Amino acid sequence: MSSITQTSNRFQQGVNRLLQSRVATILATPHGVDRYLEVLNPMWSVDEVRAEVERVDYLTDDSTTVTLRPNSNWQGFIPGQFVQLTVTIDGKRQTRCYSPANSVHRADGRIELTVKAHANGFVSRYLREQMSVGEVVTLSQAAGEFALPAERPERVLLISGGSGITPVMSMLRTLCDEGFSGPVTFLHYANSAADMIYASELESIAESHDNVTLLRCFNDESEHGELTGLFSREHLFRSVPDYAEATVFLCGPPPMMAAVEKIWEEDGLGDRLHKEQFTLASPDLQSDNVAGEVRFLQSERVEVNSGATLLEQAEEAGLTPQSGCRMGICHTCSCRKTAGKVRDIRTGEISDASEEIIQICVTVPVGTVTLDI
Amino acid sequence: MSIFSNLTAEQFETIGQQLDEIRNRELADLGEKDEKYIRSVVKRQRQLEVAGRGLLMLGFLPPAWLAGVACLSASKIIDNMEVGHNVMHGQYDWMGDPNLNSRTFDWDNTCTNKNWKHTHNFEHHTYTNVLDMDHDIGYGLLRMSEDQKWEPRFLFNPVLSVILAVFFQHFVAVQSLKLEDYLINKTKSKEDIKAEFKPIWKKMRKQLAKDYLLFPALAGPFAPLVFAGNLAANVTRNLWSCVVIFNGHFPEAVEQFAESVVENETRGQWYVRQMLGSANFEGSRLMHLMSGNLSFQIEHHLFPDIPAHRYARISLEVQAICEKHGLPYNTGSFIGQSISTWKRILKLSLPGKRKKDGQGPGLLKGWQAKAESLTSTPEAKNRSAA
Repeated sequence: MSSITQTSNRFQQGVNRLLQSRVATILATPHGVDRYLEVLNPMWSVDEVRAEVERVDYLTDDSTTVTLRPNSNWQGFIPGQFVQLTVTIDGKRQTRCYSPANSVHRADGRIELTVKAHANGFVSRYLREQMSVGEVVTLSQAAGEFALPAERPERVLLISGGSGITPVMSMLRTLCDEGFSGPVTFLHYANSAADMIYASELESIAESHDNVTLLRCFNDESEHGELTGLFSREHLFRSVPDYAEATVFLCGPPPMMAAVEKIWEEDGLGDRLHKEQFTLASPDLQSDNVAGEVRFLQSERVEVNSGATLLEQAEEAGLTPQSGCRMGICHTCSCRKTAGKVRDIRTGEISDASEEIIQICVTVPVGTVTLDI
Repeated sequence: MSIFSNLTAEQFETIGQQLDEIRNRELADLGEKDEKYIRSVVKRQRQLEVAGRGLLMLGFLPPAWLAGVACLSASKIIDNMEVGHNVMHGQYDWMGDPNLNSRTFDWDNTCTNKNWKHTHNFEHHTYTNVLDMDHDIGYGLLRMSEDQKWEPRFLFNPVLSVILAVFFQHFVAVQSLKLEDYLINKTKSKEDIKAEFKPIWKKMRKQLAKDYLLFPALAGPFAPLVFAGNLAANVTRNLWSCVVIFNGHFPEAVEQFAESVVENETRGQWYVRQMLGSANFEGSRLMHLMSGNLSFQIEHHLFPDIPAHRYARISLEVQAICEKHGLPYNTGSFIGQSISTWKRILKLSLPGKRKKDGQGPGLLKGWQAKAESLTSTPEAKNRSAA
């Protein structure tokens, strides 16, 4: 069996090397080899990670758990890291970051992402409402500093809130698969028991592993969690008395993370705390568009927003962005906006604050805008 | 603006508003169906290309060679017209797919993305049919307007038109160099040309190496057959795209404008100029696909960044607007428009101005007055500037 796998692996490596060769590149010019491969099979690519949706489960009322089968370009991840998931929604590609929740030792090599659907979450709602088995998505390789160290810590404390559970779930599952014997405390904050992702699996892990302590904390006492209410020093004193000795991995909503960070800093334990920052950009919602500043990323310039079109403001700042018709026809000036809202002077429409390509000759900033020029 | 003498400012305003409404409605409607459409066209193009290249490897069998040329020609035409031209107009930028984005897309053609967007998207689409601003009027090579002063070199108009068509991709590739400024007008130095040619040559080299070295080499002893097949496919695409483009702007009744029109031009006036400066031709769905929907040149010029497969439907509304305001809507059969274009090419190879009643059907007196006002003033200024 293993010899067959080896032969097929070697064959695949050979094919890959051939497809990445200079000759293949020139033969496929100008489109590139991938553009021909994907016609044959959407999973095929020379270097991109594509994955097929193999399962879609709903563990709670507002979450989606997607099991992905990646192609051979996937290089794996370290527990805690995230991937960028790209899906196409109504013709438009959307990219979001999610942390895989599975063990890195998972035998079938699948990736498990669990996403909580937010009322305004365009992608998370799509995953909940429309994602179906068989769909092919694009992934980035895993990245992120928030990761379980290769030399496993002796004492581990995992603190999470809401959907922040996924990276620490991956850590716990991985440690259990490795037969890790040091004490692990899993402290999780959720609104209610019904809202808690992975509740039953955590319960059975805690039952079958003597070194794992599960602490569930819900808003209401009637939910029968080990703890109740918001994170506090009291929770630690009562339930994790040796917290100062632990290496801590923290992921959750910003207020909760701030509360935890404060205590570790007060105690001078800052270097023991590892945290996943997912800061949500909350742009100023100013009705007056002549406010804020225009930031030019590549040229490292910041100018006060004058209210003129972004193209004019870039030029006033002494930059020379490409431009053409200056009336929204030719798209010569199209460039990437990395943050902030803009108003299309043709339609009056205000964009959302996400990263997108805009025509700077026909858009004005609404508040602070960052452009990749 | 005296040239649009039979339309009032309010009419321009109304036309502008009506067309803006169509534009906004279509943009708001962009979505999955556009994505599905362009992906299916791309897929078909890639299949045709692979089939064409494969069949040419069996080129020692005459039917395979012919079929190979047919597939590869179709592939190159679709890649350049319905995919490349439209994608580089930014019609699919909203999808956020770097492989279908105007900034990054490259086509199976020797012209670079950057140069094409400058000469075509910017110069041609902004200054459509404005003499001395829209380089597509004759490509610096031909006399395509009565208002271009006749020179003896224009006796070669018909011959040069054929040469332009045969080598169309290469002429388009070097269009941004404005070679005539170096060769004829002497306003450009050799060094400028050399520097500007560098990136063009880089792209050309890759295209030429692929079609005329590597693929033939893969066929071993049958290399000459693959070479000939690739040459035939390239020439077929060149001829076809040239004819389609000529039909869009050079049938006799299409208007050309003086530089002065673009000063203080309103949105409505810009729209009207686009309509008067373009011509459609009729045909089947296959014809529309193979022409990249430039069979709807008028709609394309009004809405260059709206996915082209939408033009057919939009055209009914555009026709209604034209009819309401007494504007001509220039359309005809493919053959009819081609003949009309060639009449212009032949006629303009000789000195002399257009006859006063030679404006073609459907034009009102106001347009004739406009044509006259055009011929009288701007010419001297333009020529001396050149």
